[in-house]
Amino acid sequence: MVEFSELWSPIRLTIELATVTTVFLLVIGTPIAWWLARTRSAWKEAVAAVVALPLVLPPTVLGFYLLLALGPHGPGGWIAGLFGGRSLAFTFEGLVIGSVVYSMPFVVQPIRNAFDAFGDRPLEVAATLRASPWHAFWSVAVPLARPGFLTGAVLGFAHTVGEFGVVLMIGGNIPGETKVLSVTIYDYVETLQWTYAHILAGGMLAFAFAIILTVMLLDRRIGRAKP
Amino acid sequence: MSELHRRAWCVAPTLAAMIAIAATLPVWAAQASIAVAANFTAPAVEIGELFSELTGHEAVFSFGSTGQLYAQITQGAPIEVFLAADQARPAKAIEDGLAVPGSRFTYATGKIVLFSEDDSLVTGEATLRAGEFAKVAIANPKTAPYGAAAVETMRALGVYEALKGKIVRGNNIAQAFQFVETGNAEIGFVALSQIAAQESGSRWIVPEDLYSEIAQDAVLLKRGKDNEAARAFITFLKGPDARAVKEKYGYGAGE
Repeated sequence: MVEFSELWSPIRLTIELATVTTVFLLVIGTPIAWWLARTRSAWKEAVAAVVALPLVLPPTVLGFYLLLALGPHGPGGWIAGLFGGRSLAFTFEGLVIGSVVYSMPFVVQPIRNAFDAFGDRPLEVAATLRASPWHAFWSVAVPLARPGFLTGAVLGFAHTVGEFGVVLMIGGNIPGETKVLSVTIYDYVETLQWTYAHILAGGMLAFAFAIILTVMLLDRRIGRAKP
Repeated sequence: MSELHRRAWCVAPTLAAMIAIAATLPVWAAQASIAVAANFTAPAVEIGELFSELTGHEAVFSFGSTGQLYAQITQGAPIEVFLAADQARPAKAIEDGLAVPGSRFTYATGKIVLFSEDDSLVTGEATLRAGEFAKVAIANPKTAPYGAAAVETMRALGVYEALKGKIVRGNNIAQAFQFVETGNAEIGFVALSQIAAQESGSRWIVPEDLYSEIAQDAVLLKRGKDNEAARAFITFLKGPDARAVKEKYGYGAGE
């Protein structure tokens, strides 16, 4: 018999992972999106391509590189060494790093599009009103790009919840630490405990539907706001 | 109309020839789809090569954990022979009407090893008692018999509770080995067959009184009942050529 806590623990863990990942992605992704939207640098498209890579790469490729990078011979092992560990694989922190890489395009792209959409004009106006670039960014650009932030956050969160391949490769299936929802469902399917697989999978289905619907409605609202 | 007829005349002999070729194919070079528990990967590949060399048939393998493969078989996966890492699932396959009754046999008995890439880390059961490592990798005990044997060993030594927090579980024994190989886990319980060919690292072959024998059973699935290659593979698996390969990889040769 599976106890309630056994079903709840991966759900809670997945929500925690997705929340932490989304926060990191907004912090890291916003300057990247801003740079991509405003720069005239020759590197612009190359950087955009790097950010978009996880859209194309199979999770096994990311998982493989991450496993090496997080391990004792990679930078992850070095960072872990600072805290007395030897590898970031099989840790919650390792999963956050993997998820940030994996979900990056889903956050950067909508924010960049939003920055692109309002063009240079509002910022020029702000400058003539003597707003510093920093001030203009926070009081003009961010509010104008709000729908992009919203879509990016929702997609980043949802995509992290749906992550499977990368977690399977770097997680080590530790209950309460790295055993997220998708891996739990996989386990239940493999051990033929299909009732529990159905409960969790059905929940995921409803969640995914709600998320996609939300994004579509958001998009429509944005579409209407800009005639 | 006449154009169509002329074309049909050209097509008909070609088609007939193709059908004739297809019909003769199974006689001399049939294919068998075989699902293999991950621990037996290396010997299976070698046995498969010998098999096609000596019989002309071809064995196509898919690898995974026993539980994973079994779940796929119950869902109608196109698999004709099942080489599990335990006895329970092949028995269940017969019980559920998926396999040919009476076709089950033990093709190998496996051994587990405590292994580390570090040349001095593993000295024996003392290594487990001391617990001076951050992570120990095992295969998922729910789906992989080698993982279950690892848990059994730790319980028998009375160290399971102490080590529980250090266990990382690979999806199958191949992934558990990969965790050790990449250094992400310092030590791990792997199959003897996985490290039989390599000399580096340190190892402790777990005494067989610490865990129940890992008898690995094979079974002919109903899907492969009429496939000559599938039957031939089973015969080959019981034969002396296959036995030599199994022993080379540290397996008991079974029945």
